[in-house]
Amino acid sequence: MEYFLELLLGGLTRGSIYALIALGYTMVYGIIELINFAHGEIYMIGAFTGLIVSTILTAYGFGTFGVLVLTLVLSAVYSAAYGFTVEKIAYKPLRQAPRLSPLISAIGMSIFLQNYVMLAQTSDFVPFPALIPDFEFWEPYSHIITSSELVILSATTVLMIALTLFIRHTRIGKAMRATAQDRTMAMLVGINVNRVISSTFIIGSCLAAVGGVLIASHIGQINFFIGFIAGIKAFTAAVLGGIGSIPGAVLGSMVLGLTESFATGYVSSDYEDVFAFLLLVFILIFRPGGLLGRFTTQKV
Amino acid sequence: MRFWSEIKQSVLTALWFIFLTFPILVIRVNPIEKLVIWRWWNLVWVGIGSFVLSFLWRALLRRKERGKPAAFAATVGKTDWVGWVAASPKRYVPVLTLVGLVTVLFPVVMSPYQTNILITALMYVVLGLGLNIVVGLAGLLDLGYVAFYAVGAYSYALLNHHFSLGFRTVLPLAALLAACFGVLLGFPVLRLRGDYLAIVTLGFGEIIRLILENWNEFSFGPSGISGIARPGFFGISMSLNQTIVYLYYLMIGLTLFTIFVVNRLQHSRIGRAWIALREDEIACQAMGVDKTKTKLTAFALGATWAGMVGVFFAAKTTFINPASFTFLESAMILSIVVLGGMGSIVGVIVAAFILILLPEYLRAFSEYRMLIFGMIMVLMMVFRPQGIVATVRKAYQFQRRTS
Repeated sequence: MEYFLELLLGGLTRGSIYALIALGYTMVYGIIELINFAHGEIYMIGAFTGLIVSTILTAYGFGTFGVLVLTLVLSAVYSAAYGFTVEKIAYKPLRQAPRLSPLISAIGMSIFLQNYVMLAQTSDFVPFPALIPDFEFWEPYSHIITSSELVILSATTVLMIALTLFIRHTRIGKAMRATAQDRTMAMLVGINVNRVISSTFIIGSCLAAVGGVLIASHIGQINFFIGFIAGIKAFTAAVLGGIGSIPGAVLGSMVLGLTESFATGYVSSDYEDVFAFLLLVFILIFRPGGLLGRFTTQKV
Repeated sequence: MRFWSEIKQSVLTALWFIFLTFPILVIRVNPIEKLVIWRWWNLVWVGIGSFVLSFLWRALLRRKERGKPAAFAATVGKTDWVGWVAASPKRYVPVLTLVGLVTVLFPVVMSPYQTNILITALMYVVLGLGLNIVVGLAGLLDLGYVAFYAVGAYSYALLNHHFSLGFRTVLPLAALLAACFGVLLGFPVLRLRGDYLAIVTLGFGEIIRLILENWNEFSFGPSGISGIARPGFFGISMSLNQTIVYLYYLMIGLTLFTIFVVNRLQHSRIGRAWIALREDEIACQAMGVDKTKTKLTAFALGATWAGMVGVFFAAKTTFINPASFTFLESAMILSIVVLGGMGSIVGVIVAAFILILLPEYLRAFSEYRMLIFGMIMVLMMVFRPQGIVATVRKAYQFQRRTS
């Protein structure tokens, strides 16, 4: 039973990190119908910025809490800047192009960013300092869920609620929903679509950066390649839930996280990634629209 | 006035990039020893570079904007340089003779090392042409192409290891096996379009690699298989250098065969069906093209070449492991197709030579190879989406009989 609980909570933690990345994918896809392949790299850049910032701050003698908050904020800012710039360079000139072009440009961007970080930083695994301390009051339960997992779970819950409120109630959130429904119509009623797209990239990148820093501190090491596999899995999660749908992305991420956790716990840990991809293939065969998505027939 | 606003814009861009690259390029930390290294000079380079490049970027974008209507009109009557060469025997006979002489004499004149590099380049030519069927002609973005390459390589390695089958026996077997895998991948993804297809094929490629990496009893795991036999020439034993030359000529043969087949396919019934499918799936179905069959043949025929090149790869290196078949390899083959111009045979050949030979001869830049690849992929898409050699649509002209 305890093993089951451990796997369950481990899966949820994993799922919540996937959710933070998957939201960026699904929001961008909802608005410009593009798989932002470089999104995983934004997450990786967030983690690297977090590493740099936290090391410097610790060297200058900041407290644990201060380091954690400042690291999260600064990496979110930098990731947002990267997300914004990537959109301006690689996707904006291709708005009118056939759909394959921005996808290939996105793959190029992803390769570029990976190698940029590899050349500028290092190609080895770098240890990441544990930013989240072990709480004393949590000691009795820590064999089931560690305090860093607890922080990850609560932080993502808070962020999801904030995002939902943001999309539902603010002006820019409404503009986003309008643009996702019909871009031309949104333009006609006076929505600045370019700004909406930019802000979507910024928000998605912020979430990815938070996910990157939290998981890096939980696992304890990063390298330039982490964005690739995390990005693919998060995209799998987004597709699983029905791409373009925000609750779908969260649900899909949780399903994926739990599947991986239970599969590695009860079957075999060697094939962790294979399970994720097999799940994706099966979902797409039997429910091409995803769990919460609708399968729409294409109209002419 | 225009001048100053341009300067201002570029200065702002430069400042933005300095801000952007500051943490990653300037600071390098070592969290264990709490060591921080500052590399301020990088900022200067980024500043100057982005200042200059932003001018270029805007100028190119403006040219593209202006050239749009004109370029469209121009492509109707005009053919590209390949078309110009191919137009009359006076031009293509000397070109072909030269190319033929160089290819035949290359291994005789140059060292085995150079020949080896050329074999690699030719392998990528064939891979590019194979992927070109799937991506360029049928318009199905396949990001897991390397899986078929792996299937080919492993089928030779394993069949050779267990049953000591020869190169020539395995070559058609591997092609068949890869084609089967192509159909296997094709079936579930028949209903998927564009982006979904891309991600599922990527997943498929990763599944194959992960299985090869983890199923130790079958594929010997991450350590790979070594001591794969080189191809023999009807039982005559050859030295290493002779084998390289022999492989080179075999590879030339395969390349010519591929070019011939792909060229014939392109203008055949199935080739036209692929192009129609790429342009508009619904209209294509309405015209009575069997979508299932067309897509599956595209996957199967594309995979066949990858399987055959896989056998060559295993025979050439005599050692394979799963690390040779990562997503980057797929991305590399894809960038060959994209760079060459999707659907264009000459373009793919030119691009494969550029992408494989340039890094070999510019050793100093080999670290930056993937960085430059990524950049080229983005820039090509933004500024020249049709590739180095744009495909010319086959146009049929009605000619009045002059009798």
